[in-house]
Amino acid sequence: MRKPLRSLLSSPVFWRGAVSIVAFVILWELGARSKQWMAPELFVPLKEMLGAMGFKKDYLPWIGVVPAPSTVLIAWIAVLGQGGYWQSWYMSLFRVMSGFVAAMLIGIPFGLLLAVSRTAQGIGFPVFEVLRPIPPLAWVPASIIFWPTQELAISFVTFLGAFYTIVINVLGGARSIDLHYFQAAQSMGSSQWDIFRRVILPGTLPSIVVGSAVGMGITWEVVVAAEMISGGGSQQSGAGGGLGFFIWSSYVGGSYEQIVVGMISIGIAGFASSELLRWLGRYVTPWLRVR
Amino acid sequence: MDMHQPGAAALTRGRILIEDVVKTYPTEGAAVMAVDHCSLEIEAGEICMIVGPSGCGKTTLLNAIAGFHAITSGRIVMDGETLCSAEKPKAEPGPDRIVVFQNGALFPWKNNLENVIFGPVMQGKLARKQAIDKGRAMMADAGLAGVERNYPGEVSSGMRRRVEIVRALMNDPKALLLDEPYRALDSLTKSVMHEALLEIYYKNKVTIFFITHDLEEAIFLGHKVAIMTTRPCRPKKVLTVDIAHPRDYSVLTTKRFRELIEETSEAVHEEALKAFQAGEREG
Ligand SMILES: Nc1ncnc2c1ncn2[C@@H]1O[C@H](COP(=O)(O)OP(=O)(O)OP(=O)(O)O)[C@@H](O)[C@H]1O
Ligand SMILES: [Mg+2]
Repeated sequence: MRKPLRSLLSSPVFWRGAVSIVAFVILWELGARSKQWMAPELFVPLKEMLGAMGFKKDYLPWIGVVPAPSTVLIAWIAVLGQGGYWQSWYMSLFRVMSGFVAAMLIGIPFGLLLAVSRTAQGIGFPVFEVLRPIPPLAWVPASIIFWPTQELAISFVTFLGAFYTIVINVLGGARSIDLHYFQAAQSMGSSQWDIFRRVILPGTLPSIVVGSAVGMGITWEVVVAAEMISGGGSQQSGAGGGLGFFIWSSYVGGSYEQIVVGMISIGIAGFASSELLRWLGRYVTPWLRVR
Repeated sequence: MDMHQPGAAALTRGRILIEDVVKTYPTEGAAVMAVDHCSLEIEAGEICMIVGPSGCGKTTLLNAIAGFHAITSGRIVMDGETLCSAEKPKAEPGPDRIVVFQNGALFPWKNNLENVIFGPVMQGKLARKQAIDKGRAMMADAGLAGVERNYPGEVSSGMRRRVEIVRALMNDPKALLLDEPYRALDSLTKSVMHEALLEIYYKNKVTIFFITHDLEEAIFLGHKVAIMTTRPCRPKKVLTVDIAHPRDYSVLTTKRFRELIEETSEAVHEEALKAFQAGEREG
């Protein structure tokens, strides 16, 4: 365990990344504080000039209204002790995972079925292609009506986000397997089932991994938006409706620091789940690690 | 004169007769005739080299023998058994005829040893344990000891080719069908591979049907060299190479080898030129 750490610390990529993040935070902090140490009068001539050119001064963005990282950190520490914040994490994570796992469980066999059977493709693919262009978020109202609970409705929309990507990747992956692998397996006495298990399945695995990673990213986008639209699904406690609702209610409640806390939390959650999938992907496709 | 000549009494398996085979591809517009009334006899245990210009129909002929594609008419017989004919245009692929493909077809997701034992395990001929023992032994024999646990992507292309040939031989085939297996290799690796192939061949007598562009390769390896016409393909000239096996690289500098090259290069060049001109006309 010492070695990876040492190689990390001696890698220029790591240091470049670290420097860039620190620089970003410092600039942000300076920008957010500019209000305090820059007299607003300084900007009057500039604004007047732009006004004369036809711009309305209210149209200009102003980083001074964004909460500074230091105040965000303070707000964050404050919510760490609150159950509602962790409840939001738990609910979003649960929805993402249930939607994602369902998309894997249904999408992988479905994609494989489309790939191996012309009949299945003839029946299943047209419907799939007609529904695919509908963005998952357009499903939110319909699925709230359709599903008995709001919880199921959000999970369903999350599921849709990952499902299409996984199916398309599985199908494309299975189709692009080199014909010679099939011929070789056939010559060496493989049955249809052997070919499925020992050629199609492993041959599609890299695409399954890619499809899952992309699907996971979409899942986080979808869950946050669905939580905002649907009002979080929990009426009793405002903060219990997932990270998307956490951001929304912070906005409504005027707590701008918490908005940023929510945004960063989603960033961390998305990054961690992608990393986990990448790691799992490398583990199940060891032959791609070499090269 | 010695046991390495084909047709020796010891070998009775792997005699392939190609009789009047025609193959046309039904494409949109004009049908493409790839093989035209092609007849060729390949003796049991013979190395038969097929030389012909690009796109002439060599792979098509190999696919017919292997059973990957149907023929249009004619007949292919192996050891008295009809593989395909007008009544049954597509042969059944089987472990008695194993193909080594132009670009290689080792399963990248299996390590080299798992690739090598694939055939016997699939066919239920050997238990896994025995297959592993045999696979290790054959790999060691082919100079592949130490890379059993590596994936094909981890070893050199020359080694991959050898692994693939060992995988083929593990099926105890009557014939090996090689489709330009060394095309992508540099000439130095190629010369090493030629000797390695001959060494493997001397230990495991099988019939070898070997497609190539390279006339020197053909004469160095083959008992027989069939020079094919440009598309549609048919033997233009069949040359018997009267240089005794076992051969090694010293053959390349002998007078007889040079003479054989001279005798045939004219025919090869002529067909290549025709193929080129036909290509010019088409596109
Ligand atoms: N499935 C197919 N459908 C239609 N035409 C085909 C098909 N396969 C091959 N052909 C055509 O048949 C001809 C012979 O092809 P083939 O692959 O047998 O040539 P080849 O001698 O192996 O060439 P190369 O040396 O380039 O490998 C070519 O003109 C090719 O375009
Ligand atoms: Mg070819």
